[in-house]
Amino acid sequence: MIKLLVSLVNLIDSYLGIKALILNVVTEIDSFFGWRVLKSIYRATIEQDRWSLYLQGIVNTLLIAVVAAFIGVFVGVLLSMIVFLNKKTGKLKPLAWIANTYITIIRGTPVVLQLMILYFVVFASWDNGILIGAITFGINSSAYVAEIIRAGFESVDDGQREAGRSLGLNTWQTMFHIIIPQALKNSLPPLFNEFITLVKETAIVGYVGIMDLGKIPGLIQSRTFEYLPPLIIAAILYLVVVMILTLILRVIEKKFAKSDRNGGKK
Amino acid sequence: MAEINKNEQPILSVRGLKKVFGSNVVLKDISTDIYKGEKVVVVGASGSGKSTFLRCLNCLEDPDGGQIIFDEVDIADRKVNINVHRQNMGMVFQQFNLFNNKTVLKNIMLAPYIIYKKRKKKAYKAEVKADEKALKEAILAGDREKASQITERIEKRPKFNYKAECRQRALELLRRIGLEDKAKVYPSTLSGGQKQRVAIVRALAMNPKVMLFDEPTSALDPEMVGEVLNLIKEVADEGMTMVIVTHEMGFAREVGTRVIFMDEGVIAEEGTPAEIFDNPQNPRTKQFLNAVL
Repeated sequence: MIKLLVSLVNLIDSYLGIKALILNVVTEIDSFFGWRVLKSIYRATIEQDRWSLYLQGIVNTLLIAVVAAFIGVFVGVLLSMIVFLNKKTGKLKPLAWIANTYITIIRGTPVVLQLMILYFVVFASWDNGILIGAITFGINSSAYVAEIIRAGFESVDDGQREAGRSLGLNTWQTMFHIIIPQALKNSLPPLFNEFITLVKETAIVGYVGIMDLGKIPGLIQSRTFEYLPPLIIAAILYLVVVMILTLILRVIEKKFAKSDRNGGKK
Repeated sequence: MAEINKNEQPILSVRGLKKVFGSNVVLKDISTDIYKGEKVVVVGASGSGKSTFLRCLNCLEDPDGGQIIFDEVDIADRKVNINVHRQNMGMVFQQFNLFNNKTVLKNIMLAPYIIYKKRKKKAYKAEVKADEKALKEAILAGDREKASQITERIEKRPKFNYKAECRQRALELLRRIGLEDKAKVYPSTLSGGQKQRVAIVRALAMNPKVMLFDEPTSALDPEMVGEVLNLIKEVADEGMTMVIVTHEMGFAREVGTRVIFMDEGVIAEEGTPAEIFDNPQNPRTKQFLNAVL
């Protein structure tokens, strides 16, 4: 996909010659002021289509983060429901014990080690690094999400559950229609914080050689021997991704705020 | 007010009810019968176990001993599907407990809709099937008149829409308490009195046989107590069986047909409001009434 984009851009450029034009302008300005800045940036981005590396990096980072977020939320909600229901009814003791142990172990060990264990041992026979990274961060994130949602469950007044049960709804109906929507709403801000952390945290996958956005600067540095430009560019790209994500999450949060006293208006 | 017939089966029969929290025995051996149409008012000092007693009646607190016989079933038995019985017992809480994530209208229609949807759909389908069968038979028998009758009935039958039915009923209930215009708002924008009135009609929407009130006015501003008590009184006058835990002695005297005074987990004294309020026998009752009246 990205290779196709690169050849398309090069094809267009072979008619228009924009790349050469930019190089000329950049060299002129630099030599006029006695700089090397613009040339460095040129070498870190346009030369040899290096922009496509960043693009690939962003795509991989987002792939890992999104898949991990889905796994994390799914497993996390499940874990927190087990822990919460056990606390309220005392009927799920073995399951709750497993859930609590899982959360303790995952939260108590560095994600780098979890990644290496999964990458080099458990999934050693797989060659899809991005999927392994997504699974690792999904597992890691699920423990944090579980704690966040559990806090959300506990912030819902017990009277809500009692009111549901007193009307004759069963445990599951009460959970699904009354408790879970309120718990999710209450845990949205910390949950979104977790998503944003996840996007940046996935840079750790570079540790086992997966080509995410955090790994790209090193790759370019080893060709151009200029260290700052690729780092700054990658940092800006992370920032942009996180800012877009924040905007999207704000919109979602606002949708959920309609039951607030002021209808979610500021 | 409807006559109370004590020769009938009691609607709710409590036998030797016990409840323990840790080492704290809250209810010791409580027995009483509640008959159809009775309005039982439970009074007593805080910590006397009156709220726990009420919450045990619909098993929000699981009893640790004794029986609660409702609809001829011992609902204190944990093997019983308590949800079915709770559908026939409305409960109103001190803290209103309206569902914060639902609009006022949805609060009222939620439980009937979820609980009866499947049953109603089944009944509707059975009806349709029966008509189809009858039509076939009529045609085979050559009975034109009957066939055309059935056809007409089939054509006139509205589409299955139980949700609309629930909404209609919820709106009627809201109209009754004069909060029709609040149907689409969330509970967070209502006043305490409005919330409690909505909570009462939410319980009524299930057409319960008994209503339990757990200090329905204790969390209200003084000027809102009246509107809530008036609604409870209205429901009482329609013949609803009620158990009310309250600190409103005037209301207890006015609405109650029987007053239970609880002290340290037992029924210390019970009788008509006149007996209890004007001529208490138990020294603890005297002491309590002196303090609150």
